[in-house]
Amino acid sequence: MSNSMLTTEAAVNGPVTTTVMSMQQALNRALDEVLAENPKALIFGEDCGRLGGVFRITDGLQAKHGEQRVFDTPLAESGILGMSVGLAMAGFHPIPEVQFDGFAYPAINQIVCQMARMNYRSRGTMPMPITLRVPSFGGIRAPEHHGESLEALFAHVPGLKVVSPSNPHEAYHLLKYAATRPDPVIFMEPKSRYWQKGEVDTASHDPAGGSPTGAKVMREGRHLTLVAWGAMVARCLQVAELAAEDGIDVEVLDLRWLKPIDAAALAVSVRKTRRAVVVHEAPLTSGLGAEVAQLITQGCFDTLKAPVERVTGFDVPYPSGDLEDEYIPNIDRILFGIQRVLEYKRG
Amino acid sequence: MDTLPVAAGDAADPLTPAQLRELYSLMVAVRHLDASAIAWQRQGIIPGYAPELGQEAAQVGSGYAVDTTRDFVFPTYREMGVARTMGVDMVAYMATHKASWHGGLYDPVKSRLAPIQAVVAGSVLHAVGWAHGQTLAGAADGKLGVALTYFGDGASSQGDVHEALNFAAVMKAPVVFFVQNNGWAISVPTERQVAGGSVAARAAGYGMPALQIDGDDVVAVVEATRRAFAHARAGNGPVLIEAMTYRRGPHSTSDDPGRYRSLDEERDGAGADPLERFRQRLLAEGIADEAFFAEALAAAKAEEELIRTGIQGLDSRPGTEMFDLVFQETTPVLQGQATNWREESEHV
Ligand SMILES: Cc1ncc(C[n+]2csc(CCOP(=O)(O)OP(=O)(O)O)c2C)c(N)n1
Repeated sequence: MSNSMLTTEAAVNGPVTTTVMSMQQALNRALDEVLAENPKALIFGEDCGRLGGVFRITDGLQAKHGEQRVFDTPLAESGILGMSVGLAMAGFHPIPEVQFDGFAYPAINQIVCQMARMNYRSRGTMPMPITLRVPSFGGIRAPEHHGESLEALFAHVPGLKVVSPSNPHEAYHLLKYAATRPDPVIFMEPKSRYWQKGEVDTASHDPAGGSPTGAKVMREGRHLTLVAWGAMVARCLQVAELAAEDGIDVEVLDLRWLKPIDAAALAVSVRKTRRAVVVHEAPLTSGLGAEVAQLITQGCFDTLKAPVERVTGFDVPYPSGDLEDEYIPNIDRILFGIQRVLEYKRG
Repeated sequence: MDTLPVAAGDAADPLTPAQLRELYSLMVAVRHLDASAIAWQRQGIIPGYAPELGQEAAQVGSGYAVDTTRDFVFPTYREMGVARTMGVDMVAYMATHKASWHGGLYDPVKSRLAPIQAVVAGSVLHAVGWAHGQTLAGAADGKLGVALTYFGDGASSQGDVHEALNFAAVMKAPVVFFVQNNGWAISVPTERQVAGGSVAARAAGYGMPALQIDGDDVVAVVEATRRAFAHARAGNGPVLIEAMTYRRGPHSTSDDPGRYRSLDEERDGAGADPLERFRQRLLAEGIADEAFFAEALAAAKAEEELIRTGIQGLDSRPGTEMFDLVFQETTPVLQGQATNWREESEHV
């Protein structure tokens, strides 16, 4: 599949750096560049060498960078993450993969008790520059444990940072950024978006000069803010289009970093719109929506016109394919959430 | 390798001609259903499936040794042949591949087959717990229910498997660890997965007897599994069986084996087809004739058609089950979510 070069406004000022590619290609390219730029970077996991990963994110990297740098491991997630910790202690920059979100659970002990704490335990002498790639969230009618939303679980662990891209451009830049950090980052890839194409400007993350560690306004609006991340950003943008037909002007904020959360960006957006709905696939109870709502309340209490609403998955195990659409927030449920905040009357 | 003391009694009895024919019929039924399930996936009847082409002897042979009045089986996602051999309702079994319900829709308690397990090595420790429960329940030696747990060469890399082997050996739990070494864990061949190349060899380190067998010879599989069951049932503790076989097809319906092995490698690795091998043997020994084989195939086809119709007739589960089946005792928050869901999604 060849990437077509597009002429954009950027071309006026310099060489064309914008390419249309899928998120899978964007991630692959980012990893390729990280390996080329950092001789200490290593990629490993189940089937990510010769096969190029079950989602082909590491396709061709072993052939290009060699079996020392990109390799298959035995089928042992605890082993993969525990070995990452040791490699980091030896000065490497591991970029391990767990094949599907649900298989991060067997590695939780190494992630939570070891990777997240080693910097602290060693008084900063043993940094853990590890980027754990986790194909995440549902939406592909996969078998059990092949679609889960673990963000709250990871975000709750001191010592971990969590990020999730929503489109190919974000995927390329956020992965490149994450993979050069000195701390452990859980990189949650929305697998339902892997084959979605979009423009990637490889030269610059954010033409508006925003920071790679912040949230990003994906659509400006006046009446309320939809806060989302990962796969839910695209759905919220769809909802915003539909709401616009009814004269409701929705702002969509892509949180991007789920830890640390950009509280300032939340406040800026919601102080403008004065209403907010958080949308996530993960179960409601103790989900990240609660954290976001609290940050908004704190930053905007005096201007809020309604309590922050949440539209989320339910407190049930992620269901089988047939019930997936009942579980993941759909357009209707998000519109109901919008209606609730718009129609809220003070008691 | 064979470090299992030779058993006395039934386990040593040779299979009767009727049993041999039954084994063949089961293998044909499984082969046919497996091929059909792949076709169903291509036709959009089911979203995915994990084929077992070439593993019929290992699955039918081991499942055949199970006594469903007292034993219990812990499958992975690839044990369709075991389920069929045990007499599990195959429409309800296939429902998991139809994405109707995780784990399948059959009754695991009645059918003695635990819900289908998608986590590699996820239920190996459960087998040990269940088996230890048999000991605690105080059945006389020789009458113990035995747990039969399946896993692959890839799964043998999981820490849980090592913990299970050690627990079982320490507790002398009546469990049979049945490893289907089909040569591959998705794209990773056994030699890159299992240090030393043999899972059976590890058993010695846990003080456990083990058998490494030709997993493509259904008679050898039945005999080995029966011996292992007899050993465990008698209160002598666990046994590990490593059945050497070959995954002839892709790992799953979304896998492309051409990326990690060539057709030549497939042909060399696969060896003789277990079904054809058994057929030749039955013919040579005069146990079955062409008419019998034709009848077995016709029965398999008829059965497949019934199962397909059953699956196509399966509706999605009602969305309320999503909430109703989380707990035995539900919570107010969950009930509230169910109510909201009904209002917003079913408009009631
Ligand atoms: C804990 C866990 N990690 C990863 C996976 C993804 N996965 C599914 S099957 C498989 C390979 C399993 O190989 P093996 O145990 O040899 O069994 P086989 O599929 O060959 O029957 C992998 C990596 C999983 N299901 N569970």
